[in-house]
Amino acid sequence: MTILTQEQTKHITDRVLSFSKADECIVTVSGSRNGNIRFARNQVSTAGLADDTNISVTVAFGKRQGTATINEFDDKSLEKVVRRAEDLARLAPENPEFMPAVSKQEYKASNTFNAKTAAIDPDFRAQTAAYAIEACKKNKLVAAGFFTDGNSISSVANSNGVYGHQQQTSLDFTCTVRTEDGRGSGWVKRSASDANKFDAREAADVAIEKALRSVDAKALEPGRYTVILEPAATSELLGYMLFGFDARQTDEGRSFLSKKGGASRLGDKLFDQQVNIWADPWNPDVPVLPWDTENLIARKRMDLIKDGKVNALNYSQYWAKKKGVLATATPGNIIMAGTDKSTAELIANTKKGVLVTRTWYIRMVDPQSVLLTGLTRDGTFYIENGKIKYPIKNFRFNESPVTMLNNIEEIGKPVVIGGDEVPFQMLIPPMKVRDFNFTSLSDAV
Amino acid sequence: MERRTFLKIGAGTAGTMLVPVFGNAIAAEELLNPLALSFKKSLADTAMDAAKKAGASYCDVRIGRYLNQYITTRDLNVESVTNTESTGIGVRVIAAGAYGFAATNTLTPDAVAGAARQAVAIAKANAKLQTEPVQLAPVKGVGEVAWATPIKRDWRTVPVKDKADMLIAANKAGLAAGASFMTANLFQVNQQKYFASTDGSYIDQDIHRLWAPINATAVDKATGKFRSRAGLAPPVGMGYEYFDVKPEHKVRAAGGVATLYKGGYDIVEEAKNAGRQAREKLTARSVDPGKYDLVLAPENLFLTIHESVGHPTELDRVLGYEANYAGTSFCTLDKWESKHFNFGSKIVNFTGDKTAPGSLGAVAYDDEGVPAKRWDIIRDGILVNYQATRDQAHIIGEKESHGCSYADSWSNVQFQRMPNVSLVPGKQRLTPDEMVKDVKKGIYILGRGSYSIDQQRYNFQFGGQLYFEIKDGKIGQMLEDVAYQSNTQDFWNACTAICDERDWRMSGSFFDGKGQPSQVSAVSHGTSTTRFNGINVINTGRKIG
Repeated sequence: MTILTQEQTKHITDRVLSFSKADECIVTVSGSRNGNIRFARNQVSTAGLADDTNISVTVAFGKRQGTATINEFDDKSLEKVVRRAEDLARLAPENPEFMPAVSKQEYKASNTFNAKTAAIDPDFRAQTAAYAIEACKKNKLVAAGFFTDGNSISSVANSNGVYGHQQQTSLDFTCTVRTEDGRGSGWVKRSASDANKFDAREAADVAIEKALRSVDAKALEPGRYTVILEPAATSELLGYMLFGFDARQTDEGRSFLSKKGGASRLGDKLFDQQVNIWADPWNPDVPVLPWDTENLIARKRMDLIKDGKVNALNYSQYWAKKKGVLATATPGNIIMAGTDKSTAELIANTKKGVLVTRTWYIRMVDPQSVLLTGLTRDGTFYIENGKIKYPIKNFRFNESPVTMLNNIEEIGKPVVIGGDEVPFQMLIPPMKVRDFNFTSLSDAV
Repeated sequence: MERRTFLKIGAGTAGTMLVPVFGNAIAAEELLNPLALSFKKSLADTAMDAAKKAGASYCDVRIGRYLNQYITTRDLNVESVTNTESTGIGVRVIAAGAYGFAATNTLTPDAVAGAARQAVAIAKANAKLQTEPVQLAPVKGVGEVAWATPIKRDWRTVPVKDKADMLIAANKAGLAAGASFMTANLFQVNQQKYFASTDGSYIDQDIHRLWAPINATAVDKATGKFRSRAGLAPPVGMGYEYFDVKPEHKVRAAGGVATLYKGGYDIVEEAKNAGRQAREKLTARSVDPGKYDLVLAPENLFLTIHESVGHPTELDRVLGYEANYAGTSFCTLDKWESKHFNFGSKIVNFTGDKTAPGSLGAVAYDDEGVPAKRWDIIRDGILVNYQATRDQAHIIGEKESHGCSYADSWSNVQFQRMPNVSLVPGKQRLTPDEMVKDVKKGIYILGRGSYSIDQQRYNFQFGGQLYFEIKDGKIGQMLEDVAYQSNTQDFWNACTAICDERDWRMSGSFFDGKGQPSQVSAVSHGTSTTRFNGINVINTGRKIG
């Protein structure tokens, strides 16, 4: 099935809006084609391609709302889906927090489409897997990995005149390389919307080098260490924290951004001066849709942390109205300011420390302080006098990203890293952080 | 990275949940129309004929209709009611010694035959990269059979209003008892699964599951402190009769510190207790870190079992098929072959079990047509077996599969998934109150909290919902900021007492993720209250800003 064109989706959204008899109507057309290849034990295990196209219609009568979806596009089906949504809305309980559809928005297009990524075919995927497998076989290593690419469209419209259409492409590659005896393990992740920025050989070589260098890890005592955290080691920690930048939770007193007496930490200097984090749908490295898919509010640049201060919180439409402020679009990406320094330079500037490739199985321990636990994985090394001295056993950490961002010593050059368990595309730098809290050792390789 | 479709339910950032779903939102009344059996058999035969003609040596067909209804509430508001439906057919074949799989949601003879031929073509392409042909353990064809989760009341026939009223009543009770905020949600699942294979089976199964999680949050604005207490009741493989609670469904926790549930659930009573205890947690004493004897209620221990026993004994992890995502396992084949690997102390016995009534994993046949069974995984503390599918059985010298094959939808290929993995109750008569009497310095933990474990399942750290100090054989005051951290083998070897079968009950995980692209499954774990000696407890309290 082919991806729908803007003309085709405009016809669909116009027809849907014309069928609606409700007080208001919101329509979303989404279509995607995702390809993937998976390999393990130096063999391809599965490969697939999945198409999906859907129309979702939400209507409201007063404060009663109903949603229905369909995957057929003829007039009869479009009318059916509208009637079904209307029937559901009439039966739905009244929602006291109902907010009307947004008024007309200006969506400034972002560059989310890349023709080379859209043209990825089974051969491209097979070659990506084949390079990793062959290079591993040569080095007596075992490869396991997953490559996935996507080409999708999103069209949105509502009965107040809102209309947007955009096409997006993406690719993600992860590869774990292990020694045959299981004593060494390395890993790499690459994400991009532009396939020209992806190099399968470069990626696989990183995982191979880490696997080879991680054999015979020594055990260090758990404790507080200066660490160099590669972007894949901090992305999930930052994601957990930024997911909590919510005004309602904060005002209700149930966020780490709430303060004694009911106030919020908005405006407080909670982080190191060097920390600047923002969202920007037009960033060329991590472009995302210029609207929030949930409420269709136009995205803008949003400075969440500025010079270490909490600068902005997300306001839902309901909470914004209650507080007399403007509602915000939920960010789709996270960008953290960095420098031009490579990870190698950060290592060279370190007298004693630990290099962390990635962190894993991160869970919230205490939302009051955003205390998170998790483990290092697939490449943890001891640094002495500016050099990687030897591999070390993995650690469990118990640390808050708030504390981590207060203890920054040096920041490197940001790189693109896709979200895993958090829904953001991210552009974040490697960081050197002091007193990172490793609480126990793990035997896992 | 995960590509599964997630459905956002609930309004606003704070209350929004992401749950995995398959398919389209539809009207509630449409959930009740099943596909005719004769139609499914005819489609399956068409697919199998086409596969054989194209050169397949084996073919299985799964026709699935997956129905979900999710209701979310916050305080006194119903936030969302969502119905979803997904129907289609998945065809798996072996050709030239390799697997191929294709799926379609177009249920016509032409489309399913086309999918079967595509699966054979993929198998032949994969065969070129294959080093060893797939070997399936034999399974006897069972002809045309049917099985259904034994339910008394079908959730699909209960009016949405009644369900929403029940959830709002729970929230009201929690707010009145001390919570500042409440949420109550209801997840309802019906999987209509038809399986046919060239071994001669045509198996029709109708599977039902329910989960009603609640959460109470108490805020003290003066101190800026907030604490939550989630519900303790388990998700179940039962019908809506789960909510028709009777006195025999209630279990008194040790020391009477909570009411727990087995086979029936009073959600309003539980919400009231959650609201009260969320408030109590605000002033509970922060734990002194150190070594404690832990008394773990089934509502806490089930998740530790899931992560530290269930996952490391999955044979595909042991072999390296999940190395790039979930990880591998410390329970390597050489440890199993040695027949003396001390996984736990002598009283520790675990079974894999696809048969337990009321469990999330209960079926009559798995997604390869293998009859459900129960077998030993850990016996007298020794690792004796794994969880295997038909193509893995020969690796561990088994003559038949354990029946652990599962796919979360018709559009995904089936693979090895965890059955219910449960701790066998203690043989000596022992109640939780009697267990506590022998503990000098301990902590009694209930409910699931924070959980994290490494990729080979050695080092873990778990929290809970409720913690009570045990001092000189008596349950004392409530504690806070508790997490226990251990190594799997050390932990299970520190297991010194297990309450008897009177205390045995199941809890479970409703959305367990595995694979790339990720698939979810639901699984229960049964246990009695269990004691572990000298476990490291850390204090998780921190100050920021």
